[in-house]
Amino acid sequence: MTETLVPFEEVLDRYDPALGLEVHVELNTRTKMFCGCPAEFGGEPNTHVCPTCLGLPGSMPVVNGKAVESAIRIGLALNCRIAEWCRFARKNYFYPDMPKNFQTSQYDEPIAFDGWLDVEVDGETYRVGIERAHMEEDTGKSTHVGGATGRIHGADYSLVDYNRAGIPLIEIVTKPILGAGAKAPEVARAYVQQLRDLILALGVSEARMDQGNLRADVNLSLAPKGSGELGTRTETKNVNSFRSVERAVRYEMSRHAAVLDAGEKVLQETRHWHEDTGITTSGREKSDAEDYRYFPEPDLVPVAPSREWVEELRATLPENPAQKRARLQKEWGFSDLEMRDTVGAGALTLVEETVAAGAAPQAARKWWLSELARRANDAGVELSELGVTPQQVADVQALVDSGRINDKLARQVFDGLLAGEGTPAEIVAARGLEIVSDEGALSAAVDNAIAANPDVAQKIRDGKVAAAGALIGAVMKEMRGQADANRVRELILEKLS
Amino acid sequence: MSDLIRRTAAEMADALAKGETTSVELTRAHLDRIAEVDGALHAFLHVDAEGALEAARAADERRATGSPASPLDGVPIAVKDVLTTRGMPTTCGSRILEGWVPPYDATVVRRLREAGLPILGKTNMDEFAMGSSTEHSAYGPTRNPWDLERIPGGSGGGSAAAVAAYEAPIALGTDTGGSIRQPGAVTGTVGMKPTYGGVSRYGLVALANSLDQVGPVTRTVRDAALLHSVIGGHDPKDSTSLAEPVPDVLAAVEQGATGDLSGLRIGVVTELGGYGYQGGVLERFKESVDLLVQAGADVVEVSCPHFVHALATYYLILPAEASSNLARFDAMRYGLRVLPEGVEAPSAEEVMRATREAGFGDEVKRRIILGTYALSSGYYDAYYGQAQKMRTLISRDFENAFAQADVLVSPTAPTTAFPIGEKVDDPLAMYLNDLATIPANLSGVPGISVPSGLAHEDDLPAGFQVLAPPLKDDRCYRVGAALEARLHEKWGGSLLDRAPDVKVVTR
Repeated sequence: MTETLVPFEEVLDRYDPALGLEVHVELNTRTKMFCGCPAEFGGEPNTHVCPTCLGLPGSMPVVNGKAVESAIRIGLALNCRIAEWCRFARKNYFYPDMPKNFQTSQYDEPIAFDGWLDVEVDGETYRVGIERAHMEEDTGKSTHVGGATGRIHGADYSLVDYNRAGIPLIEIVTKPILGAGAKAPEVARAYVQQLRDLILALGVSEARMDQGNLRADVNLSLAPKGSGELGTRTETKNVNSFRSVERAVRYEMSRHAAVLDAGEKVLQETRHWHEDTGITTSGREKSDAEDYRYFPEPDLVPVAPSREWVEELRATLPENPAQKRARLQKEWGFSDLEMRDTVGAGALTLVEETVAAGAAPQAARKWWLSELARRANDAGVELSELGVTPQQVADVQALVDSGRINDKLARQVFDGLLAGEGTPAEIVAARGLEIVSDEGALSAAVDNAIAANPDVAQKIRDGKVAAAGALIGAVMKEMRGQADANRVRELILEKLS
Repeated sequence: MSDLIRRTAAEMADALAKGETTSVELTRAHLDRIAEVDGALHAFLHVDAEGALEAARAADERRATGSPASPLDGVPIAVKDVLTTRGMPTTCGSRILEGWVPPYDATVVRRLREAGLPILGKTNMDEFAMGSSTEHSAYGPTRNPWDLERIPGGSGGGSAAAVAAYEAPIALGTDTGGSIRQPGAVTGTVGMKPTYGGVSRYGLVALANSLDQVGPVTRTVRDAALLHSVIGGHDPKDSTSLAEPVPDVLAAVEQGATGDLSGLRIGVVTELGGYGYQGGVLERFKESVDLLVQAGADVVEVSCPHFVHALATYYLILPAEASSNLARFDAMRYGLRVLPEGVEAPSAEEVMRATREAGFGDEVKRRIILGTYALSSGYYDAYYGQAQKMRTLISRDFENAFAQADVLVSPTAPTTAFPIGEKVDDPLAMYLNDLATIPANLSGVPGISVPSGLAHEDDLPAGFQVLAPPLKDDRCYRVGAALEARLHEKWGGSLLDRAPDVKVVTR
């Protein structure tokens, strides 16, 4: 089914978008939310399980204190108020990957509420209101085998892995984000990006979108331009990359506009995001009929963090993101534009870590924002998921700084890194990329180039130094790129002066 | 019947300690008794002769080397089928769990094993503990040893009947609205519901988590205290378990057994008596109160005005919690799986529906429907929310009453055992059985039922209930032991001595 779409620019002529984001963060606690099973990713299916996370009759939950601590730290970092007293609640619904057929979550008493996160887009700051951050447990993971869609309907059979059941999650829900206008897709993306940076800085999650540690649901509605109303929203589930968050918002804006233009009503429903085609399709209808029958979890006692503890945790917070950006810009000596591009590319943390690993800030920025950004774009993945680490980038730059390779050779080192050929040094050795520092060979190559290009040589002798480029090219070609271009230039100028 | 099994658990423990008998001999005697009478009673859903004898042999070895694991080491016990037992089926009296063998022990079961008590088997109960007669068991009713045509109470009729008929000296029960105390009352046995949080619920298949509590089912108050000491105390696996230590219930029994209650204030609850209570039950109650006065207690009448709403409150909170607890029985991971008839490739939902349709009995379905309704959006405040408020008011009534009296007393159940089949199709009449026991669960206070004699109308046992403030379980034991001592003196022995032998009245 193809949807009618309104071109994005036109949408804004007639409608104001309202955004809402729900981000689930899987915590990196050692054990699960309510039992002692390991919370690590992977493992043979159904090996990280016990009576409690399998929901066996008679089993009972016990709250993971470390998860509560992480939830409070996230809440504090998002400028939230921390509840003095809150409870878990049961969210009742039937699904085969949910062991108890209710999810132990929080309902009207979240651990953290009423906060904000300042998000920067193209140098402008948008304050995104945080409605709440609450604790809950993850469900099992279903794999539907057979059938065309990979969904439960039409599948031949389904497999359920309960290793994930009970892993602690923090769900962070924004207030409606209004007034972003044409920037709505970018604001959505930037929010998720900067939230991820914050989560990483807190050290409470691996926050890898490709592994589902960080999952975003995108709510969107349109209202007639200037009406100040809120339209009917759709919730697009499991949008699992920054790029997709932006694309999903863009797509839904265009789709909603077409529905509204046709005089129809937007259906309040869950939508599925399709990474490959870049569209959303209708999921289950989310109507008033869906009643989760929340009530306080009677097997758990209330969570009542003392004010002293909350203040102790506040002291452990990393610096706030805006201050940090200002500090780093100053330390790195980046221009406003350079900083904006770095943030926009989701490369702030990567650059920071590359600098920490020993690279100069400008070199770090250059690699991440040009060479590596291009490769990530080609591969359709996020920079952070490209498979190159900040340490590797710093190692490559160190090889350049030492004169063992040049920028052009460095690109081949990245090829090797992406192909899994080992460390940068190993790749340089294995591929024979090291710059030839044998002066004799270099001098001979220069002589050859001069002899082969007498006209150019004459120009240089006549003072047209810029013409040296052509000779350098010839020398580099003969040396198969493994020469230090600066040294070649020096030699040419020496010989022709 | 072997004389050995007519002893109390305390006497059995004594005989074991003195080397006069062995755990194997004791356990075998009880297994023989079960073989003899359980065909008529149906108190057990599963008997584990092999496991019990193996545990008995280990207990005998410990006794032989002078290192018993506990005072009750080697004394056999029966366990209500709502508590998980590793390697032994746990059905909760339901078809939906037929054949399920849990991979883990409930904490109380683990404590029994660690204390060396051989587990004879699992006792019958109303399905998922929903009922007051054990007639709602999917595996057929249990019969009352006093009259095989009558109910043994419920939901823990199996444990009470087993203890009353000497199939087991002691048993574990669970009490959500009276399921330990009311069966105790109608079978002439002792049943104790500890303070909420006093005994771990880990491994107790929840009926209503905020009301459930595990407790002893015995023939004497002292035996109850001995068993309470084994199972009580904090459990890190149960977040609602209290950090406070179990009060010294054995000392309380010793103190009470002297028959002296001088200075103790006893409150008779106005609202727990009168209309709806059988004449003979009230007579026995008054007689017991008189005996306590003779023992030196002062009696005051106290009013708990909100208790009249206890039943309604209970029947909102319980079904709400139960409807959610029972959602997990969906044929996906364990228990029954029923494929819908005439459906080619049934979906998960269709299998779930067919399984729950076939696997749950009517009473369970009734309460799932009630609970689902009470929690529904738009009705929550009017039902579940309102019930929680009433619960607070009932707790306040208790506080006020305990400001005037050290313990509160009432008949345990309004009537003696009724005939099987009489109320099974009249849920409201059935629910009224728990009128006097429910307030304690709503507030988490401890309560004990001790036999108060036979009602004149039918010569069947009645029970006397003693309620105490939270964590004052010892007061239940003190008063219970004092009453028991006075009554035994009056009767010239235990009430159960007057019960007909099951074999004699075999149908």
